[in-house]
Amino acid sequence: MISETLVWLIPLPPLLAFFLIVVFTNRNKALSHWLALIAAGLSWAISMVIFGRAVRTEGLAEHPFAHAIDWLPTGTTSLKIGIQIDPLSAVVLFFVAITVLMIFIYSTGYHNYGQPAGQHDRKGLPPEGAEVKDAKGKLVKVPSIEPMYSRFFALISLFAFAMFLLVVTDNLLTLYVGWEIMGLCSYLLIGFWYAKESARKAMIKAFLTTRVGDVFMLLGLAALYALTGTLNYQEILGNPAVLEQLAGTLSPVFSLSWAALIGLLIFIGTVGKSAQFPLHIWLPDAMEGPTPVSAMIHAATMVSAGVYLVIRFFPLLSAGWEPGGTLTTPMLVMGIIGSFTAIFAATIAVAQNDIKRVLAFSTISQLGYMIAALGVGAYAAAAFHLVTHAFFKALLFLGSGSIIHGMEHGIFHTGEHIDPQNMLNMGGLRKKMPITFWTFLIGGLALSGFPLITAGFWSKDEILSGAFKGGQMGVFITLALAALLTAFYTARQITLTFLGKPRSKAAEHAQESKWTMTAPLAILSVFAIGAGWAGIPADFPGLGGLLPNWFEEFVGSMLHFEHVESVHSLVPLITSLVVALGGLALGWVVYKGLQKPVDPLEKSLGGLHTVLKNKYYIDEFYQAAFIRPALWLADVFTYKFLDQTIIDGVLHGIARFGVWLGNGLRNIIDLPVVNGAGDNAARGTRGLGLYLRSRQSGRIQQYMVIAISLLVLAGLVIYFTVGLG
Amino acid sequence: MEFIENHLLTFILFTPTVAALVLLFIPGKYIKAFRWGALAASLIPFVLTLIAWAQFNPDPNPAAPFQFVEQSAWYAAINASYHLGIDGISLPMVLLTTLLTPLALLASFSIKERIKPYMILFLLLETGMLGVFMALDLILFFVFWEIGLVPMYFLIAQWGGSNRNYAALKFVLYTMGGSLGLLLAIQLMGVSVGSFDLITLTEKWPTLQSLAVPIGIPIETVKNIAFWAFVIAFAIKVPVWPFHTWLPDAHTEAPTAGSMILAGVMLKLGAYGFLRLVLPLFPAEAQRFAWVLAALAVAAIIFGALGALAQNDFKRLVAYSSINHMGFVVLAVAAAAATWNTTAANTLLDKNLALSGAVLQMFNHGLSAAGMFFLVGVIYERSHTRNLNEMGGLYAILPVYGTVLIFTAMASLGLPGLGGFVSEFLVVRGVWPIFTVAAALSMIGLFFTGAYILKALKLVLHGPLNTRWEGHLTDINLRELVVMAPLMVLMLLIGVWPAWLLDMINQAVAFLF
Repeated sequence: MISETLVWLIPLPPLLAFFLIVVFTNRNKALSHWLALIAAGLSWAISMVIFGRAVRTEGLAEHPFAHAIDWLPTGTTSLKIGIQIDPLSAVVLFFVAITVLMIFIYSTGYHNYGQPAGQHDRKGLPPEGAEVKDAKGKLVKVPSIEPMYSRFFALISLFAFAMFLLVVTDNLLTLYVGWEIMGLCSYLLIGFWYAKESARKAMIKAFLTTRVGDVFMLLGLAALYALTGTLNYQEILGNPAVLEQLAGTLSPVFSLSWAALIGLLIFIGTVGKSAQFPLHIWLPDAMEGPTPVSAMIHAATMVSAGVYLVIRFFPLLSAGWEPGGTLTTPMLVMGIIGSFTAIFAATIAVAQNDIKRVLAFSTISQLGYMIAALGVGAYAAAAFHLVTHAFFKALLFLGSGSIIHGMEHGIFHTGEHIDPQNMLNMGGLRKKMPITFWTFLIGGLALSGFPLITAGFWSKDEILSGAFKGGQMGVFITLALAALLTAFYTARQITLTFLGKPRSKAAEHAQESKWTMTAPLAILSVFAIGAGWAGIPADFPGLGGLLPNWFEEFVGSMLHFEHVESVHSLVPLITSLVVALGGLALGWVVYKGLQKPVDPLEKSLGGLHTVLKNKYYIDEFYQAAFIRPALWLADVFTYKFLDQTIIDGVLHGIARFGVWLGNGLRNIIDLPVVNGAGDNAARGTRGLGLYLRSRQSGRIQQYMVIAISLLVLAGLVIYFTVGLG
Repeated sequence: MEFIENHLLTFILFTPTVAALVLLFIPGKYIKAFRWGALAASLIPFVLTLIAWAQFNPDPNPAAPFQFVEQSAWYAAINASYHLGIDGISLPMVLLTTLLTPLALLASFSIKERIKPYMILFLLLETGMLGVFMALDLILFFVFWEIGLVPMYFLIAQWGGSNRNYAALKFVLYTMGGSLGLLLAIQLMGVSVGSFDLITLTEKWPTLQSLAVPIGIPIETVKNIAFWAFVIAFAIKVPVWPFHTWLPDAHTEAPTAGSMILAGVMLKLGAYGFLRLVLPLFPAEAQRFAWVLAALAVAAIIFGALGALAQNDFKRLVAYSSINHMGFVVLAVAAAAATWNTTAANTLLDKNLALSGAVLQMFNHGLSAAGMFFLVGVIYERSHTRNLNEMGGLYAILPVYGTVLIFTAMASLGLPGLGGFVSEFLVVRGVWPIFTVAAALSMIGLFFTGAYILKALKLVLHGPLNTRWEGHLTDINLRELVVMAPLMVLMLLIGVWPAWLLDMINQAVAFLF
């Protein structure tokens, strides 16, 4: 089939699976997960075919696979929507398709498919395990299957659909559609166990925090569409004339150019979606969802989408900039926010004990790297880190889920009451869970940038050298420090979890997860290593040039810059080696002999540790500075004051005036005059009647007297009035 | 058959009335006859509307801008005629009305008391609303405008909640208060021009230089006063901030089906009045005061959303959301008013997009608001409470209801992929170059839309199950699903493929404005 048609087909299978599961198969768990798996498999297969074709196509950046149809009638024309595969979307599609499929497979194991239903399990709560009789007739507790198993697969299918849609589309509007549907999916999946109070809070926090970014982004969309008459990537980003015009005209805000203003608005969308400071607060809480969801959000979909957006719009964000020249405002902002987020989140990660929370902050930190990379103009490096990060972060999250499962097994076995996610309760899992250990180790080393063999090293090194070569020493130093911290907390995590001796009974009895969970780990760890070899810089000492720097060439072709030969320097390389190895060693030394579940840093850092542990109290600050005032504004000001007191007060005042006026009229006019006239007439008639009645005595003589008198009277009247005439 | 085709609008318009009259002669004890009879009768206008839709030519003909026109003498003495016709703006509204009425009647099957007057009033209500969308004569327009009020007053006052008398009175007095000025202005215009015909008036009134009856006031002032009389009448109906406080009371106290129609159709009467009358009849005045309308629209968007966020009564929350959503319609109207006589292609496109978005938003809000009110009714009928704080965790025992509620709530929130997004995007896009600050400020409202929708979902569906309900609530039943299904299908259809509806609207708007 021709590539364009195939690309249209990529997002459809998961969407279809979603509808089929929701409407038809939700009562049948096996059928539901098969539908989801087959859909993810189909999308993966088509994506791989497309990726293969894209790689072999010459000049793909200028002539992408593209096709569009009329969608929205606008005046005399139509807004078109369509698909487009260029080098950037091809590489994103590559990692999305693989990680999504791996997460889907892993989910069947994670949600205990094939296990019995728990006696006390309820919808909306995590399964608590089932009691079954073992071979000897003894009652033992085993993991139980997720009660909302089908719903889970329906929702992650929709999630995958939205991401595929976002990647293959050719315009900002459909990207926004996918973007928001992902927002909904993350909301529903973070709150998958909705009966938990913490999950209920986290789901709303995620949706609303990202929505702050989204409404700004929508304005950027409207402005861009209004100014250029289109939202198509090629027509805006691939058209230097349009970019030049946008960069050359002033917007009404802070004397920014339109390109800068729109760029910033779009970037705020990314700040929300990719959890950059100051909108990072939702991501750590997103841990409330099942672990495969965390992997979806942190690697395959959500946060990657945010970075993808700014990479996609880099030509607009950097409009007017040339390598080596002054940075544009959006780049400057990205450089600052990205590098600050990188080090800020890394410091928090150091003080977290929850295994998933450490990873969550590491994601925020790594996303900061990508944003900062764009800020210094290291376009290909940002995309490269996006790809490698997706692989190793998916691996790490799925690995942490496997660890938690192993710990839960131990808890079932021992009946201990401990938190299965707290690393201080672990230790020594290396022997109990070898596959998880080795794969997690690979992921961890990739995250900390362990030299030469891991993918993370190559991509992070690219970013550091990009910042160095770009002369952005502030960014370079910040990112280098963040890399040191990254290596440190990763070593801490691995040491606490896998090395040393078990610090709880549960950890002693932990068990390796089943193959549906470990196989995806193994596959992902291949990519966590191998993905780096696609982008070894040509000037790397020794290795450079052995393999062509394919990634840089392929994705770099998206930009129309002349390749600038920069001064070659060993400083960034040495820096990355030192921080990665130094941090790892430091982390290992500090935590290797830990006996009791107490973090030694707690003592040595003192108050600082408390601050870090509480994430600099930013949640508390937002609560006091924004959320409470907003609720006050809604409840007290808008509703009670404006509507009920002022507006309704005026209305009721008018109504009271009306009633007063009516009463007044009644008392002054109606009662004395109108009613009075009527009443008196009635009274008079009645009086007359009474009088007349008293005359009716029944005596004939009396009647005769009256009759004759009246007759005489009438005769006189006629005589004097008519007769004399 | 040919007779019907030649008088299609009359048949759509008066079938409900005829059915109401027939029902009048059936003894009240035949409950089923009223339920099914009213439902069946209301399906006839729906089918006829579909026929009209199929025959409608979306490409407007400058010689005859309205289609299916019917005209005959009515009040010859004052030059008012029975003049009906529809275009690409009114046809979607007619469809919305004829679609929502059967659904509301089906939703009313749970009404247990005084079914006969209920069904009769409901059918009369439909005629009143349809007449407004079809009338091309101002007197006729006004008659239908007022006719709709009466059945709704009784529906609220007779079948409403605990505070129904206050709400019904507030509703009817407020709307009639607004109508007084409208009636006076209509009479003034009709006498001055010598006709109440909308087409004639549109040609002559805006350029009128002197009044037929000299009253010693400059014509400009008279036009301004007439303009404000129209605006206030329609602003109350939409409602635009600060004329909105009747709405939460009326919508909350009305019976479920009444709220569906109130929010689904009656609010659109006001918005339709802006599009059909205010903009064409008062272009200069509208342009002069466009900024006022824009400011009030933004206030409605922001304060509507904040007001909704403050509620703990599920139905009241949904009621406030209407103020928020209808604000976007008025914002688009304001933008179009501001750019009345523009000839620049860019600005024409902006205006076009804004107004297309406005009409589409009216349709979408009709679907989502009716759906939300119905779903509130479903839970109220079972739990007899609308207090959000007394619910909680109901998703676990009402899985189907929960899914339907999330879907509808997301449509209301404006989630891309569902209808509301397309219309809100078009409005924001169209308004942005014209009223940039207003468009930016409306984003605050859009954010809080998310906040109040999620608040409702959180308190109804999520969190620990309130054990009080365990075993006492049953999931949504088949009849209720049948009510929701058409709404949900349309929400999705408009979100995924808006062209089927938007094409007609877009061409009509491009032709008119």
